[in-house]
Parts: sequence; structure tokens; C-alpha cells
Amino acid sequence: MMLAVVVLARTRNLFAVVVLSGLYSFLMATVMVALDAVDVAMTEAAVGAGISTVLLLGALHLCRSEEAKPAHKPWLPLAVTVATGLVLVYGTWDLPAFSDPEAPIHHHVAPRYLEEGPRETGVPNVVTAVLASYRGFDTLGETTVVFTAGAGIIALLRRRRTTADKETP
Amino acid sequence: MTRDMVLRVVAKLLIPFILLFALYVQFHGDFGPGGGFQAGVILAAAMVFYAVIFGLDNARKVLPDRLVETMIAAGVLLYLGVGVAGLLLGGNFLDYFVLSADPVAGQHRGIFWIELGVAITVCGVMLKVFYLFAGRGAEDE
Repeated sequence: MMLAVVVLARTRNLFAVVVLSGLYSFLMATVMVALDAVDVAMTEAAVGAGISTVLLLGALHLCRSEEAKPAHKPWLPLAVTVATGLVLVYGTWDLPAFSDPEAPIHHHVAPRYLEEGPRETGVPNVVTAVLASYRGFDTLGETTVVFTAGAGIIALLRRRRTTADKETP
Repeated sequence: MTRDMVLRVVAKLLIPFILLFALYVQFHGDFGPGGGFQAGVILAAAMVFYAVIFGLDNARKVLPDRLVETMIAAGVLLYLGVGVAGLLLGGNFLDYFVLSADPVAGQHRGIFWIELGVAITVCGVMLKVFYLFAGRGAEDE
């Protein structure tokens, strides 16, 4: 995966970049499976590797396939990026260790969901119970976000198409 | 790619199983991993696969634009409808216990319908985005 990222950053051919990012998504999906998050892995494989690759290929169809050489040396952006990364790494020192059972996140409502969820809702899959039963409003909000994104993209892309249609005849 | 026989045959073999897997993820969401979002995305991916192999016009015949746009709104409305149904049956908004005489059956019923709503919206949005992008590419040629 590291190799894929390094090659991605260095490649100038955009078609190779699209294919490599699909590869990266598949590798990421395997990581998610290793972390026991199978539903996230399914989403990653279908969206990251499947649909977004096709969308990027569609976008590539509309532009040139070589990335333009930058006109100036990007030293300042590099410095800003490295500094931000260092600050973020510094921030992680305060986080509890990975899979630490004493972490605060495992002491708030998670034990109640895990212990009472099957009895209160009768749903065997706790993830589904949390998403749909305990946090139905959240999931409704997420669905509305997806709906809004779709409506926004329709509004943006379709208007241009109709103006182009008016120009052609 | 519409004339490539290997791709066509492989696509025809694979697409039914992808659709079946999407339905499995959808209806088995209470028990196994997955749910509405994943099922919708897998369904959309199967349709995108079909469109890539057999051409956008054939895909538009299977799922016309009007239907896809209807799906985007219908999913959210279905989700909201489950909430309102809970209100009408004397519970709180998005309260599934009142949807059936047996509370556990009510939970299952409520989750089934809202997951279906999520799947319809997600599938619709993904397909619409794909149609719009792919359609733009075709017009410029």
C-alpha cells in the first residue's frame, strides 16, 4: 500500500493514477476486512474501487491524460503539508492506544448497546441496531445528505447540458 | 467495449450474481454485515458495470433517467414515511416498536423499510452521477 501511494504521488500519467487509486482502494478494503469492519470494506470496494474509478475515467475522457508540469517549485505547500502532518501526529500522542479497553469511547454508550441491544431491539447485528434503532435520526440525516448531494450534482451538471443543447440547433 | 465478446460473456455471467449479492446484503442486513448503504452501492456498481460493457444507452433503457431521479427522492420519502407511520400509530417519530403487535417484529419491520429507503436513495444518486458524467463524455465526441 505504501508502494501504491509513493507511485501515485510520482506518476504523471493520469490513467495510471486512476488505476492505481483503484488498486489502493482494494488494498484498503482488505485492511478493513482485517479490522473486522466488513461493511466498510464492502463500501470501499464498491465505491472506492468500482464507481469512483469509473467516474474518474469518465472525467479523464474529458481532459488530457498527462498531468501538467507545475510552473513553480512547490516548496511552500510542501512545508505547510509537512507542518500540518507533524501537528496531527503530535495530536495522536494524547489518544488512547489502539484497542485499549480503558479508552473513554468504550465506556460511554457502547457497553449499553452491546449488552442491552439484542434484548431491547431483538436485532442480532448490533451495527444495524445502532444505526437504525438507536440512531435512526442520524441515519435519516445521512440519507438526506446523500439526497442533497445528488440533487446538487443534478442541478450543476444538467443545467450546462441544457444550455449546450440550446446552442447546438 | 460493446463488441468485445469475452467482456460481454463475463459480464453476463457476473451481473446476476452481483445483483443477488446486493439483495443478500440488503435483506440479510439485520443478521450479517451490511445494510441499505452497502446494498445500494453494490446495486449501482452492477448497473455501472452493465453500462460500461453494454453502453450507456442500453443502461438507460433498463433504468431510465426519470426512474433514477424518482428513486433519489423516493428513498428519503420512504424513510420519512416510516417515521410518520410510527407517529400515526401512537409512538414517537421513528419509533419501530409500534409498527407491529410484537415489539421485536416491529423493530425488524421498521429496520427493513428504512434500510430499503437508504438503499433506493444511494443507488439512485450513484447512478444519476454516473449517467451525468458518462453522458457529458459522449456528447463531446
